[in-house]
Amino acid sequence: MREFWIIFKQAFMTKARTKSFVITTVLVVAGIFLLSNLPRILDSIDGIGGDEPTTLKVIDASGQLGDPLTAVLQANESDITVEPTEESEKDLEKQVRSEDIDSFLTLYLDETNTIQAKYTTLSSIETSLPETLRNALQTVQAGVKADELSLSSEQVDSLFTQVNFEKNNISASAKSEDELNQARILVYILMFVIYFAVILYSGMIATEVATEKSSRVMEILISSVSPVKHMFAKVLGIGTLGIVQIVLYGIAGFIAFKTSPSEATEGIGSFFNFTDINPMTLVYAVVFFLLGYFLYATLAALLGSLVSRTEDVQQMIMPMTLMIVAAFILAASGLGNPELVYLKYASFFPFFTPLVMFLRVGMLDLPMWEPLLAIAIMLVTIFVLGWFGARVYRGGVLMYGPSRSLKDIKKAIQLGKE
Amino acid sequence: MSLQIEHVTKRFGDFTAVNDLSLTVGEGAMYGFLGANGAGKTTTFRMILGLLTPNEGRITWNGKPISYATSPHIGYLPEERGLYPKMKVEEQLLFLAELRGMKRSDAKREIGGWLDRFEVPQYLNKKVEELSKGNQQKIQVIAALLHKPKLIILDEPFSGLDPVNVEMLKKAILDIRNSGATIVFSSHRMDHVEELCEQFSIIDHGKQIVSGTLKEVKRSFGKQNVRIRSDFKLDALAGLPGVNSVKPTVEGAVYQVDSDETAERLLTEALKAGPVRQFEIEEPTLQDIFIAKVGKEHA
Repeated sequence: MREFWIIFKQAFMTKARTKSFVITTVLVVAGIFLLSNLPRILDSIDGIGGDEPTTLKVIDASGQLGDPLTAVLQANESDITVEPTEESEKDLEKQVRSEDIDSFLTLYLDETNTIQAKYTTLSSIETSLPETLRNALQTVQAGVKADELSLSSEQVDSLFTQVNFEKNNISASAKSEDELNQARILVYILMFVIYFAVILYSGMIATEVATEKSSRVMEILISSVSPVKHMFAKVLGIGTLGIVQIVLYGIAGFIAFKTSPSEATEGIGSFFNFTDINPMTLVYAVVFFLLGYFLYATLAALLGSLVSRTEDVQQMIMPMTLMIVAAFILAASGLGNPELVYLKYASFFPFFTPLVMFLRVGMLDLPMWEPLLAIAIMLVTIFVLGWFGARVYRGGVLMYGPSRSLKDIKKAIQLGKE
Repeated sequence: MSLQIEHVTKRFGDFTAVNDLSLTVGEGAMYGFLGANGAGKTTTFRMILGLLTPNEGRITWNGKPISYATSPHIGYLPEERGLYPKMKVEEQLLFLAELRGMKRSDAKREIGGWLDRFEVPQYLNKKVEELSKGNQQKIQVIAALLHKPKLIILDEPFSGLDPVNVEMLKKAILDIRNSGATIVFSSHRMDHVEELCEQFSIIDHGKQIVSGTLKEVKRSFGKQNVRIRSDFKLDALAGLPGVNSVKPTVEGAVYQVDSDETAERLLTEALKAGPVRQFEIEEPTLQDIFIAKVGKEHA
């Protein structure tokens, strides 16, 4: 056991002390704080950017639209000030062209008492101002028409009464809409974390093993400690590193959202309002992260032991990477509709389980046996892979030469037996 | 404390890497392994270390098979690099020493001494990849010797070193041998083996074609060179039985003969013909033996 911990410590410490690890961790933590304070930062930038009170020149041919428009805009607490003008359309157009003014509005009533509005501008990306105007004019229009039909304002209001629409899903596995929306965001975030962690750390293991092999340190190592011990010490060491990193991110995220101003939690923060989340979702996230990591890390160690040069690692672990990507795409496709049939089947395939089953268990009320069965299948797969991996590893680490295909697995097992 | 290899054969599929190898290395002895590339040296070492299991025969150290329990007493220098390129020298040596069962504090103390001895104390906190090949080799030798192993296996320890460093390493290896360690090393430099080893083997294509002490091997080689210088023609001597070949020189000839008797007969015959200025029996060098033996196998 002593050797096991020495290798465990070495795998953990050498990686934890690398510049790239420290820098990535610091950057991500900084990113989390930045994101949590984004609304506040955006607010402070607003002063520089847009939203200053806008004065809009309006040519009102009918002479009776300007005042109602001002009234509606004021009622909507808009910061647009309407400035009626007698200038001709051509003059104003010239001013727009020369960028003296941003835009102007031309209004008149046609023969059916319908408002005809024309908004002239140079900017093609501005959408909020015209939209605000359009909505305001719609209200003005309603007033004009109501007058024409001699309707009282109560009658107008009653015309626009909102329908009471409530969604009531009685499927056994469905969650309430609110719960589902919150779950979706959480699941999405955690899916990303699992996906990146698994890709990152299993890649790290494969590279690490290949480096040891190509530098022949491996021969010294496995003459002091059995290849199987070495492999699992490595997988655990780097796994612990990953957990430490993610826990750091988690703590940073927690502190960031707790300390960010209350108004911010109303902005983007409201997305991250997880009050209604089932704590089991987090438990499952941890379980599936760990299982996913160990599954892929064992596979990565196995594949890494087959190549002799670090340059060949990427090529060797490509099939594995594709499998994680496939799992991610499947899971992402289910964010909108987690009840798709193929997801159910995919969630029991051990290499997809960490992401797909997590998606389902996070977003649906599944019967308990489903996640438990998937976890059991994964555990068995990890065990089998560990046993098989250890056999390949024994021989693989002694195999040199241009080995870079999966066919070498057979050769490695042969060598390991001898 | 002897290392015993008895009739060991190792096959990879149809390929026989080591064929019926037997040898004994006594305690405190230095044993040389000579062989061309791919001769089976590294495979033999891997079997000694227990990384590979022989198909036939057995390898024992003090009468017991080598296992992970023995590994703290073994020092191994792999053929190339054998170090983590990105780890610092000290960390690396500490890690490897700990793996071999050494206490961290003890290892820390020893490392300084070794680095001073090899005149590289300034590399303590450098990454291995920043060191030159020769200096990396020194660090690797330290890694193999640091934990004071009883059995040391060195695969090509002198490759890639300049003559000054070779001398430095040779001295370190001799010192550790004198302190009682048993050393097995491989090389394709004949002069190193000739200088350092009491016993050696020449391996070719997995077969042990020569083995024993230097003296025995040279004797039993059965071919020695006789150099004769004289004022007269020596052509007649070439026909004597036991003379394998003649190489004329400026003032005489070099005869390759099969035994001491033939050499004596050569001298008698030469003296009969006239005055001999020089007569010398030259022992074959290891180089000669190697070329003769391995070259013949190839032919």
